[in-house]
Amino acid sequence: MKRFTCDELVEVITAYLEDALDQTARDGVQAHLACCEGCERYVEQLRTTISVLGDPPPEKLQADVYDRLMSAFREGQRS
Amino acid sequence: MGSFAGGGLPPDDVVVPALRAGDEAMFAALLDTWSGGLLRVARSYVSTDHSAQEVVQDTWLAVIGGIDYFEGRSSVKTWVYRILVNTAKKRGARESRTLPWSDFEQDGRAAGLGEVPPGGWKEVPAAWPTPEGEALASEVRGLIAEALAGLPPRQRIVITLRDVEGCTSDEVCAILEISEANQRVLLHRARVAVRGRLADYFESVKQPE
Ligand SMILES: [Zn+2]
Repeated sequence: MKRFTCDELVEVITAYLEDALDQTARDGVQAHLACCEGCERYVEQLRTTISVLGDPPPEKLQADVYDRLMSAFREGQRS
Repeated sequence: MGSFAGGGLPPDDVVVPALRAGDEAMFAALLDTWSGGLLRVARSYVSTDHSAQEVVQDTWLAVIGGIDYFEGRSSVKTWVYRILVNTAKKRGARESRTLPWSDFEQDGRAAGLGEVPPGGWKEVPAAWPTPEGEALASEVRGLIAEALAGLPPRQRIVITLRDVEGCTSDEVCAILEISEANQRVLLHRARVAVRGRLADYFESVKQPE
């Protein structure tokens, strides 16, 4: 099993969350997280960050753009 | 054709023939489902809302004109986003807001971030308050928007596609034509920066104990 220091662990955490680490490294990350409060909290906060990012305020096309596109689609199909 | 609202889009082999057959409900469903994401990504390349709206409009016009020639070598979603990125890049260049895309490789090799000093945490990161109540939620949203706007463009595009729009890493690599490793480094840096911003904020509003 690979042993990580905290600074090394933080560097590979995205690869870990992406499931892009090999088995030895993966086990090493899990073992480290199980007994390191700082890294455990850091990872938890990253997960919170990711979930907040995934809930953005809505964005919409302007009504005139939307209408223009719908009629372009209609006309495109007629020709 | 029924409505797809809320239920997600049907698979590409349903979408493509429907668009070719002139199914307006299908086109409307695509517009509703993807335009928000396309606008968010467009904003990373151009400076105004007006430009972003135009980029998205031109993207959809190209989709309408190109659907008969779509060969299905990628998913429809990847194809549409690629058209968006190319359209936005050209527009950004005209606004002299060019992104140094060639720096992608360099970014991928960049050294560590120094989030944690060698030897471990000096202090365990402070706990964050549980997000409850509209006030906190809207402040955090505002903060996230600011944090995204402050990121280097390439990081911003990758984190927007991955974490905001929920694209897979394969999709992002195909849309931006970057390697898996580069994608991951950009995503990592962007996430670390946004987390840091939230951490600073929660630290600053912490009640004295
Ligand atoms: Zn640690």
